[in-house]
Amino acid sequence: MNKEPVAVVGIGQTKHVAARRDVSIAGLVREAAQRALADAELTWADIDAVVIGKAPDFFEGVMMPELYLADALGAVGKPMLRVHTAGSVGGSTALVATNLVAGRVHGTVLTLAFEKQSESNAMWGLSLPIPFQQPLLAGAGGFFAPHVRAYMRRTGAPDTVGSLVAYKDRRNALKNPYAHLHEQGITLEKVQASPMLWDPIRYSETCPSSDGACAMILTDRAGAARSPKPPAWMHGGAMRSEPTLFAGKDFVSPQAGKDCAADVYRQAGISDPRREIDAVEMYVPFSWYEPMWLENLGFADEGEGWKLTEAGVTELDGDLPVNMSGGVLSTNPIGASGMIRFAEAALQVRGQAGEHQIDGARRALGHAYGGGAQFFSMWLVGAEPPTT
Amino acid sequence: MPSVMRPGRDIAIVAFGQTDHRRSSDELSEVEMLMPVLHQVLDATGLKTSDIGFTCSGSSDYLAGRAFSFTMALDGVGAWPPISESHVEMDGAWALYEAWTKLLTGEADTALVYAYGKSSPGSVRDVLTRQLDPYYVAPLWPDSVALAALQAQALIDAGDTDEPALAGVASRSRRDASANSHAQLRGSVPQGEYVVRPLRTGDCPPVSDGAAAVILAAGDRARELCERPAWIRGIDHRIEAHSLGVRDLTDSPSSRLAAERAGAFERPVDTAELHAPFTAQEVVLRKALKLGDDVTVNPSGGALAANPVMAAGLIRLGEAAARIHRGASDRALAHATSGPCLQQNLVAVLEGDAR
Repeated sequence: MNKEPVAVVGIGQTKHVAARRDVSIAGLVREAAQRALADAELTWADIDAVVIGKAPDFFEGVMMPELYLADALGAVGKPMLRVHTAGSVGGSTALVATNLVAGRVHGTVLTLAFEKQSESNAMWGLSLPIPFQQPLLAGAGGFFAPHVRAYMRRTGAPDTVGSLVAYKDRRNALKNPYAHLHEQGITLEKVQASPMLWDPIRYSETCPSSDGACAMILTDRAGAARSPKPPAWMHGGAMRSEPTLFAGKDFVSPQAGKDCAADVYRQAGISDPRREIDAVEMYVPFSWYEPMWLENLGFADEGEGWKLTEAGVTELDGDLPVNMSGGVLSTNPIGASGMIRFAEAALQVRGQAGEHQIDGARRALGHAYGGGAQFFSMWLVGAEPPTT
Repeated sequence: MPSVMRPGRDIAIVAFGQTDHRRSSDELSEVEMLMPVLHQVLDATGLKTSDIGFTCSGSSDYLAGRAFSFTMALDGVGAWPPISESHVEMDGAWALYEAWTKLLTGEADTALVYAYGKSSPGSVRDVLTRQLDPYYVAPLWPDSVALAALQAQALIDAGDTDEPALAGVASRSRRDASANSHAQLRGSVPQGEYVVRPLRTGDCPPVSDGAAAVILAAGDRARELCERPAWIRGIDHRIEAHSLGVRDLTDSPSSRLAAERAGAFERPVDTAELHAPFTAQEVVLRKALKLGDDVTVNPSGGALAANPVMAAGLIRLGEAAARIHRGASDRALAHATSGPCLQQNLVAVLEGDAR
């Protein structure tokens, strides 16, 4: 059966900051949703359903917050779904919403993801003692640092590559008014002089904790035809999961990530992602994940990802720009971070990315991952409607 | 008036499995509780994990007492080679809904849906208060029984029911559960003392640990996997305002709307599996869903006989489907709920092929 083409016609974000003490959780999500509606020139009445995502409920201390947020998101009398797939959730939430349109269940859907980390303590939320299981109290950095080490050992990458990524992403963030970290006067030397947290990951190579929300309006072909601004069209989207820990797992380049990318490229008719994709928003919470994911996503051969980074290919003026918005390294409201990647990819192909716009971006990839590098979600959006 | 949504593809529930629900399962982890149920539905269809096109689950971190609790369950599923998979932090009925939309896009022909919840490690009455408005209501800790009692009293005040009638709902449910070997409270159960007036012990659900799974399949694949598939003719869900003060607790407009869009009112149903953890909620739902006395309601015993939180809604869909599978029903309504006092409701209409 053929799917309904899906278009992004509205995007809204909050200004991401360490603590939004001026708004409640409801106020935060409503702000992003209203900006997406304004962008699409639609009203709450035009929305048929709401799909909301965020990372663990313990991060704000609200169990199943969609219940409390129904009013704030204009969902009363409408269907409302709540997705939770760990760090990939922002991406998966958008894909679940996409399916509602693609499967012709609804015409126009609001999808939104958020995290208001200042309401609670994320480290506490991730460190509750668990019966039957070994405690893992290392925090995310402690979990991922050994995998970065493994990547360096495997590829022979020089230990300067991580700081190049951080320096680039923090500079890109200066061009994005919604980014959390605006480090005026950032230099490569400052990044390299920052304290070592989890060797080899330095303080300036890690993501911040942010409050923020991101919303998108997805619609069908008829809705796209009414859109006042150019829509972004979905050409491919997929999710893949694999177990957390098992003997055959490759933490440096998980099979689920490779399979997910391959599925997206197949749907979008892409055979050479390095040449055919113009811009990438990938989930890089620790700087070294840029070269790692460049390989995992098929932009570089195995062992070669760091060479693209080092050669400046992923810079804003490189020929495969990565994280034009400043990425997760500059803004990390965890549950929303994946959706921000998806939304920023869509902004690029709509030509709406402002100062961090890549000229002539026609096809862009949004990428998210989560859990123990085990959950992946991605979409590829284009400026033209899909032909099949 | 919402129009009836007609799915663009024939999709059916082809297998259903559930645990024996129990007050406590200290010796089992969630994964150990879930595994036999997954094997049950896979064995029933002859499918292997690698044959499944899409997998979706429903559960709650707050019940498990830890973040990302669903990842451990995924390990149990055996997600290798990697699978196409998602999770809703909701009752498994909504996981089934997500899987149904995935199958509608044509990207998959089969789906595995599962849900689980262990209420025993904590006080589920207290845990559920964390669902409430975190600034104005949750700090007061109004528990789930107290909120349900408000709804029951509103119904009594409106003349829609009385305490003997509620006791009748309770005893009918547990009598019917006698025939359900998975149920926790079966046969004659005393109505007991007041917990929160006007609700007595008997008006309240048991505290349950349990899990459930279903397999969905589309078109000919469904016919291959099941002798009499339970076709999903329509499924829809709606949410209401959160604050109890702005809702008419004696009615369930979201259930009615969902039923309307699912096509429930086009022809009569013979069976209804309602997710009504409290006796008074069955009264509300019967009215909203226009169920006459000729409809068999909750032949499984419903949530009053076993209420594994996060799985109880999926079990209603599974029980309704299983009745169609074995020829005890031709057209059934299944309902799931979420949130305080029936805030969010899902309705599905299931049909068997004509005999």
